[in-house]
Amino acid sequence: MVIAKEAPVKETIVTRDNVIAPVQKNIVYETRGLDLWYGEHHGLKNINLDIYENEVTAIIGPSGCGKSTYLKTLNRMVELVPIVRTSGEILYRERNILSKDYAVEELRTHVGMVFQKPNPFPKSIYDNIAYGPRIHGIKNKKILDEIVEKSLRGAAIWDEVKDRLNQNAYGLSGGQQQRICIARCLAIEPDVILMDEPTSALDPISTLKVEELVQELKEKYSIVIVTHNMQQAARISNRTAFFLNGEVIEYDETDNIFQNPSDQRTEDYISGRFG
Amino acid sequence: MKYIDDTLVMKRMSKRLLYNKIWKFLFFLATTFALITLAVLLYRIVTQGAGYLTADFLTNFASRFPAKAGIKAALIGSLWLMAVVAPVSIILGVGTAIYLEEYAKKNKLNDFIRMNISNLAGVPSIVFGLLGLTIFVRTFGFGKSVLAAGLTMSLLILPVIIVAAQEAIRAVPNEQREASYGMGATKWQTIVRVVLPAAIPGILTGSILALSRAIGETAPLVVIGIPVILQFLPTSVFSEFTALPMQIYDWAKRPQEEFQYVAAAGIIVLMAVLIFMNSIAVFIRNKFQKRY
Amino acid sequence: MSVRERFDLDIQAVQDQLVALCTMSIAALERSFQALLDQDLDVALEIIEDDNDINHLEEEINDRVILLIAKQQPVATDLRRLMVIIKAASDMERVGDYAVNIAKETIRIGREPIIFPMTNFKSMCQKAIEMLQGIVKAFVEENTILAKEVADLDDYVDDLYGATVELLIRAGAEHPDKTKQISHLSFICRYLERSADHATNIAEHLFYLVKGRHYELNT
Repeated sequence: MVIAKEAPVKETIVTRDNVIAPVQKNIVYETRGLDLWYGEHHGLKNINLDIYENEVTAIIGPSGCGKSTYLKTLNRMVELVPIVRTSGEILYRERNILSKDYAVEELRTHVGMVFQKPNPFPKSIYDNIAYGPRIHGIKNKKILDEIVEKSLRGAAIWDEVKDRLNQNAYGLSGGQQQRICIARCLAIEPDVILMDEPTSALDPISTLKVEELVQELKEKYSIVIVTHNMQQAARISNRTAFFLNGEVIEYDETDNIFQNPSDQRTEDYISGRFG
Repeated sequence: MKYIDDTLVMKRMSKRLLYNKIWKFLFFLATTFALITLAVLLYRIVTQGAGYLTADFLTNFASRFPAKAGIKAALIGSLWLMAVVAPVSIILGVGTAIYLEEYAKKNKLNDFIRMNISNLAGVPSIVFGLLGLTIFVRTFGFGKSVLAAGLTMSLLILPVIIVAAQEAIRAVPNEQREASYGMGATKWQTIVRVVLPAAIPGILTGSILALSRAIGETAPLVVIGIPVILQFLPTSVFSEFTALPMQIYDWAKRPQEEFQYVAAAGIIVLMAVLIFMNSIAVFIRNKFQKRY
Repeated sequence: MSVRERFDLDIQAVQDQLVALCTMSIAALERSFQALLDQDLDVALEIIEDDNDINHLEEEINDRVILLIAKQQPVATDLRRLMVIIKAASDMERVGDYAVNIAKETIRIGREPIIFPMTNFKSMCQKAIEMLQGIVKAFVEENTILAKEVADLDDYVDDLYGATVELLIRAGAEHPDKTKQISHLSFICRYLERSADHATNIAEHLFYLVKGRHYELNT
């Protein structure tokens, strides 16, 4: 195909940008010049990214592009790997979470996480949900009961499990387990929810249920989701960041990314023409 | 062009199937050999000792006369020994395992420690006996007491317990820890609420098997110089005592033939204790086993 | 080069069908106008019949694009291309319909001699066909400069249309007995103008395909 030539067009152009006034949203996370090394490997290179309140921000990119690493930096889970070094700053609600005096335990009560594989504890459904509140010192049975019900309702799984709260969470299906994990995360009343490929181990119907849930949750929470599934990013996110080799290639509203990406590498990736 | 010639394959087929059968038979033979040995051993001991295994045998103290000889002092002594060995070795062992698996950074020193704990498990028990004699009996002056023997035995089985506990802790999937950390739990909360509950079946199974080894060990007790014929029961950890394997060893080396039967009866008691402990281990493993 | 070679081939095949559709529609328009000049009613009837082929081809293009969207979940340029193919096919099918309409008017005029000078008609038709052919070329080459040039020609066709309609009204007043023929001719004039508009539409689609934004070229 022939490469498009630029045409001199009169500025009588109607574009979406002119039609829809951009809404000013609060910023939750402000990443400024973040670099990260795994030993000698430069995993993240000068990341600058703002994450907005009550939005779903999707992070896409090929395997090993650093998208999961970035997500895990947002709640400092990345520190579980001892050889990791970081520089630059990530401001969460205007405080630098990478500074030494920010306790990870505090950060993680504001920022919940849902993992790739459903990982409920081998305990009852009730104890799974009550785990977070309990470690933060809530002992009152009545309050715990309320939190459990509210969280399970929030994760749209209350009706499915309300009669068997004392059964082991491992008796549930994979999709239900993942929603239990989301409920468990809601129980710490987080501000932000990080999701690391939350549907990659689920069947298509369970996947759609979780996606539906994510759409509901963004009314109350800000969500950052890493996904391999580009259609999923297109369906559920407001903004999409495309990572490649540890860099952010493009970060824009999802509608723009999937209709008219500005970088050729983004286009090649989302239309499945990598390499 | 086909590389695999069907007629050639068919020609070799019967030979291959025959080899397959021969190997299967050889492996089966190996298994039967062990089973037969065990069966013969059990048969000999039970036929020899069953006659002497009476209520009196369990309640009498040791005696010069085979008919009057009993195992009371040794049985109770062994239980006392376990009362020291179990808490000391499990607390130290699990603590060490938690430190090594959850806290210790991956560096040369810790690798060295890990490797040496595995090596320690292979050190002959008599060496531990000498260590116990020097440190606990002489230096600390505990004498030939339950405490001295108990601490020595604890040292003997400590590496086994550490390794078993390490395995059990390592078997807890990392996703479980991540889930806990992800909700803002501290390391300590994660260990107490997630790691240990999941690892305890493995830890207990390993510990009980290690204790079974301790209850059957003779060499360290011989080196420490535990007495054999006692006419009283220990009253505290500082009392002198005797233990089942010591008693059996003593009977077995006596010239009178009847004492061989007494020894066999003692072995039956020792084996009963061992089987009892092992079944607890199996029970715990089956009951609490978690799936992930 | 591409991981999705089969998909690329499918898109190319559908685009080739679109080009075929364009060629058929433009030829129909050309023949239909010639039939008018020659007052050849047999050719006019043929054109009406042949329009079925154009309609079927457009339906086929639609179906193939819909299947590709359903099965391949295209995004970005792929998606825009498929959408533009569907829209351009619909535009070109309309051009085929105008050819049919002109043929029908030709039949209605019948063998009665045409009293109006056909010069303006000829240049309008020529321009429209020039525009349609130009836009097909621009589309295949993804050449927005050419597309812009084609769209600019539309003003000329529009002016000519205005002037011709004026003349027709006057001719109608001069020949009250020929009102019927004059009204048929003014319909034909309208169809030619509309055909040129569709070329402009396709030019806009091409801009959307290449730039990912909506441009209004016909101002």
